[in-house]
Formats: sequence, structure tokens, C-alpha cells
Amino acid sequence: MSNILVYTEKTELALELIEAARILCRAGLGDEIKWLSINNRAQAEESAQRGIDSWVVKAEGITIADTAALASIIAQASRVLECDTIVLSSDRRGKELAGRLAAKLDAGCLTDVKALESAGQDIGLVRNALGGATVAVQTITSPQKVIAFAPGAFPCTEEVPEKSGAVNELEITGVKASVKVIENRPKDAGTVDIAKARILVIVGQGIEDKEDLPLVQELAGKLGAEIGCSKPVATDKKWLPEERVVGLSGKTCQPELAVILGVSGQVQFTVGIRDAKLVVSVNKDENAYMNQMADYVLVSDLKEVLPELLQALG
Amino acid sequence: MNIVVAMKQIPDLQQVRIKNRKPILDDVPLTFGNIDRNALEAAVLIKEQVGGSVTVVAAGKEGLEDTVKEALAAGADQAYLIICNEQEDIESSISAKLLAEAIKQLGSVDLVLFGEGSGDNYSSQVGSRVAELLDLPQVGYVERIELTAGELVVTRSLEDGKEVVQVALPAVLTVVTDLNQPRIPSVTQILKAGRKPKKVMSDQELLGAVPTPKVKTLSNLAPEIKRKQIQVGTAVELVEKLQAEGFLGRA
Ligand SMILES: Cc1cc2nc3c(=O)[nH]c(=O)nc-3n(C[C@H](O)[C@H](O)[C@H](O)COP(=O)(O)OP(=O)(O)OC[C@H]3O[C@@H](n4cnc5c(N)ncnc54)[C@H](O)[C@@H]3O)c2cc1C
Repeated sequence: MSNILVYTEKTELALELIEAARILCRAGLGDEIKWLSINNRAQAEESAQRGIDSWVVKAEGITIADTAALASIIAQASRVLECDTIVLSSDRRGKELAGRLAAKLDAGCLTDVKALESAGQDIGLVRNALGGATVAVQTITSPQKVIAFAPGAFPCTEEVPEKSGAVNELEITGVKASVKVIENRPKDAGTVDIAKARILVIVGQGIEDKEDLPLVQELAGKLGAEIGCSKPVATDKKWLPEERVVGLSGKTCQPELAVILGVSGQVQFTVGIRDAKLVVSVNKDENAYMNQMADYVLVSDLKEVLPELLQALG
Repeated sequence: MNIVVAMKQIPDLQQVRIKNRKPILDDVPLTFGNIDRNALEAAVLIKEQVGGSVTVVAAGKEGLEDTVKEALAAGADQAYLIICNEQEDIESSISAKLLAEAIKQLGSVDLVLFGEGSGDNYSSQVGSRVAELLDLPQVGYVERIELTAGELVVTRSLEDGKEVVQVALPAVLTVVTDLNQPRIPSVTQILKAGRKPKKVMSDQELLGAVPTPKVKTLSNLAPEIKRKQIQVGTAVELVEKLQAEGFLGRA
């Protein structure tokens, strides 16, 4: 008998993980889902409302920044609660935790898992490989498994009014803090999540002058779009914040329409936009790889196209 | 300060072609991941500031001795290379064991640096695994490193903000590309790189028995994507198309 342990410090992601864990249970990887919450009683209440039993660990002096300490707590909890499979979220904290926990438990581990599919007897874990050029279906062959799921890959599980989960306490001892948090600088609450945008206008390095950004903003306004960008626009040029980066190290987006302005279309970028319904590429290079990944292609200089587009949109 | 930088040998992804949905890796040159270069640059900058040594530790395939030259040219003092016979990508649990064992053999190490993810698999496991195997504290996604006596104050970049964390040495850090701009080595540095000390071992020599992989790859194919690829001549025509697709209902 084995169970599945779910942990992430972000409650909304935990609700997605429950859905993923349910699929893993149906595939025979576990009998029961158990939710672990560290220093967060409110989270356990959320789990109860979904009919999932939870265990709350009070770990004094341990913060969510302390990967080594969290891994110790989760490893101990997994033994006490008889869980061979541990499900985490593949955000940055979760990925960092996944490797440490896997090494502690001598487990096989996959991160950034974006889907599950049946693969004969096994359950296939689907993730991007080769920098996004390919999609791999993999299985973990060791008895202990650590799986980190990409945020947004599964829907949030719903509340179930008819069944309430039990909230338990779990005592874990002997865990020492290994790092100290000096300061937290949260991002402005007003920041948008481009992963959820219905329409995206994406700025690549083909927008050559910063003075053209207001034109892009105007275009986005007319289309009802959010603005995203390729990585160098954020990290090298620093024209836009990093949370607007589309791609492997940025966000994976599924908009209905993506208007892509001056992006060459390297695979680390296209992996973030290939699930878009309709793709428009504007690029002065006819042979830009992005154009092969687009439904409508306009080969032209953006310096001229931007004002023309604004005019045509009226 | 003795610093180790772990670097992963990967195919040059710009040169990977897809044929019948399969990636063609034959004849694709091997290189190091981009983010690994940021880790190396960070190590070299710290060494320039406080002295010490920078050792590159890498597990890879034949040709690793060639691949490592670029790192030695870019400021590493020496290299510890582990050659595996595997044709496939080395599974994360195994690379972590190889790297951790090699680092143990180096003796006194103050800081171990990784890129936050490899350029090809990007699974971000190995740095964390090595930290656990070496029983060291770790901080991931570091975009700024400040050195104080026996300690580091690092700023990590997370999805929802920044976090400034203090960690005692020795420690393991994984870094993001924003941390620095890796230097381009000069011709003389490239020429000198060939003469820097390298220790080369096979995976078996290092570990005795190499553990079995814990992950199996069932398939690895390029996704099938069908796009219309219709070329339009003007901005006006593009707007008409978008209108026809139902996107400009309000216009
Ligand atoms: C591990 C790793 C992770 C990465 N993650 C990401 C990621 O998440 N997101 C990402 O975007 N990148 C990522 N990259 C970088 C990626 O490989 C590319 O370097 C990047 O996407 C290129 O951005 P770009 O297309 O805007 O710029 P460029 O490649 O410079 O392309 C600019 C394009 O604009 C066109 N152009 C230039 N001037 C004009 C003009 N006046 N009018 C019209 N067109 C013009 C050019 O023809 C060209 O096609 C990653 C790389 C690595 C190694």
C-alpha cells in the first residue's frame, strides 16, 4: 500500500496538484492522496474542503526559502505517511526542492511535467526536452518518485461540500535551519500573468528602438491584448519586466491570438507559444524560423509596419 | 576560496535539426549550456576578488576534453572530467552522484556553482541533488552574490519577487543568466587553456558500479504543429485577415 503526498507552499498550485495526483492514483501509483502543509494551517483547511486529508507540520524557525530543511521535513513525512510518490509544483521553489528531495529519498524525479498520458502499463510523464525542440514521454522506474508539475498544467480541484477531509497534526523533529531570509521584495500585485492572456502582442529584438514601445502598447490596446516579449528584450535590453518573457525560461502561453513582432523563433521561444490558436509573425527576414510557425506572415520592416497597423486598425 | 563550477556538456541546440519529428543529434557539436557559463563567470569574478581557485567539474561523453577548453579559456584553473560511455543523456540521479563524488575528491571546497537549469533538459535537479549528496545548504535562482566573512548574501529571483538570503559557506548555489555577462576569452587565453591541468576519469573508475537510471524515456519527438503559413502583403491585409478570424469584433 502506498500513497501520494502533495506539497507546495502555494495553495492555488496545490489545488492543481490534487487533480494531477488523482490521475496518478487512477493509474495505480497510489491509493490515497495526502496533503502536507508546513507552517500553514489555513492551507490545510482548503484541502479539507476538497475532501483531502491533510497533515500540518509546525516547523519553528524554518522558512519556505530553506530547501534543505523543507526536503528533510517532506522526506520524513513521506515515510510516516507511507507515500512513495511525492507531487510538487514546478515553480522555481518547487523545482529546487524536487531535486533535493529526490536525492534524499534516492528517488527518480521529473520536473516541468505538463501532462500525463497512459503508456501501456505505465503512466507517461510528458515534458519538453532538448531545449523545447522535442516533447518527451518518460516514466520513473524507481519505487520512490518525485514529480513536479508545471503550474497551470492541470485545473484546480473543486470544493466538495458532501465530504470534508480531516486536518491532522504531524510532528517532525530534528530539522535545523540552513539559510536565513534577510529580506523579501514581492512584485507589485498589479503585474499581469501573460500565461492567462487571451490575446498577446509579443515584442522581439526586431523592435529596434525603445521609442517604438508606445506604438506596441497602442497596438495591444486596440487588440485588447497583453504585452509579452522574447527573453533578450527583458534580460538584455531591460525594456520589459521578466515576467513578460515567453518561452522555456519564461511563461508557456495558450492565447487565442499571438501577434509576434520581430522574433526570430528559436525553439526556446517557440516552446512558449506553440499552443496558441492563431499566430501572426511580422519579420523583415522572410526566412525567419518564426514565420514557419505562424498562420499569417507579414514580411516587412516593423518601423513601417507598426504605424500602418495602427492606422489600419483605426 | 576554492570554487567548483559544474557544467553540463550538451549538444549545440542551434544545430539540432528535426527529421520525421526525430531530433538528429549526429554531428551536432557538443558545448556547455549558456547558464553554466554565467556560473563560471561568477566563480571567476569571485576568484579575482578574493583569490583561490576555480575548478570545472563536468560529466559527459567522449570529446569532453575538447568541450572543456572553452571553460578553461574563460577563466577556470583546472578541470575534473568524468567520461561516460552512455549514448543517451546521463540521467540526473547519476550525473549528481558523479559530480558529488568528484567534488568530494577535490577536498576542501567553499562554494559549488551550477546554472539554474541545463540548456537541453532544463530539469533543474542536479544542483539540488548534489547539495543533498554533499550535505550542504543551497540557494537557487541567484541573480546577485555578495561575499562577507565566511558567508554569502545572495538575492534570488523568483516568480513573485526577490528574496535576499544569507547562507554560510560551504554552500551550493544555482544562478540565473541575469547574474553577469560571461566574458569572451581572448586568443591567448584559448591557446593557454590547452595547458591547464585536467583530470580525466571514467564513470566506473569514479563510482565503482554506476547506478542504474531511475527514468526511462519512452519517446522523444518534435510536436506536430500545423500552421497555415499564409503570407500577407500589407498591414491592411493583415488586419483584414484578423477581422475574418473574428478578432476585431469591436472594430
Ligand atoms: C536555456 C535557454 C533558455 C532560453 N529561454 C528563452 C525564453 O524563455 N524565451 C526567449 O524568448 N528566449 C529564450 N532563450 C533565448 C533564445 O534562444 C533566443 O536567443 C531569443 O528567443 C531570441 O530573441 P529574439 O527573437 O527577440 O531576437 P533575435 O534572435 O535577435 O531575432 C530578432 C528578429 O527580429 C527580426 N528583425 C530585426 N529587425 C527587424 C525590423 N526592423 N523589422 C522586422 N523584423 C526585424 C530579425 O529578422 C530576427 O528574426 C533561451 C536560451 C537558452 C539557452
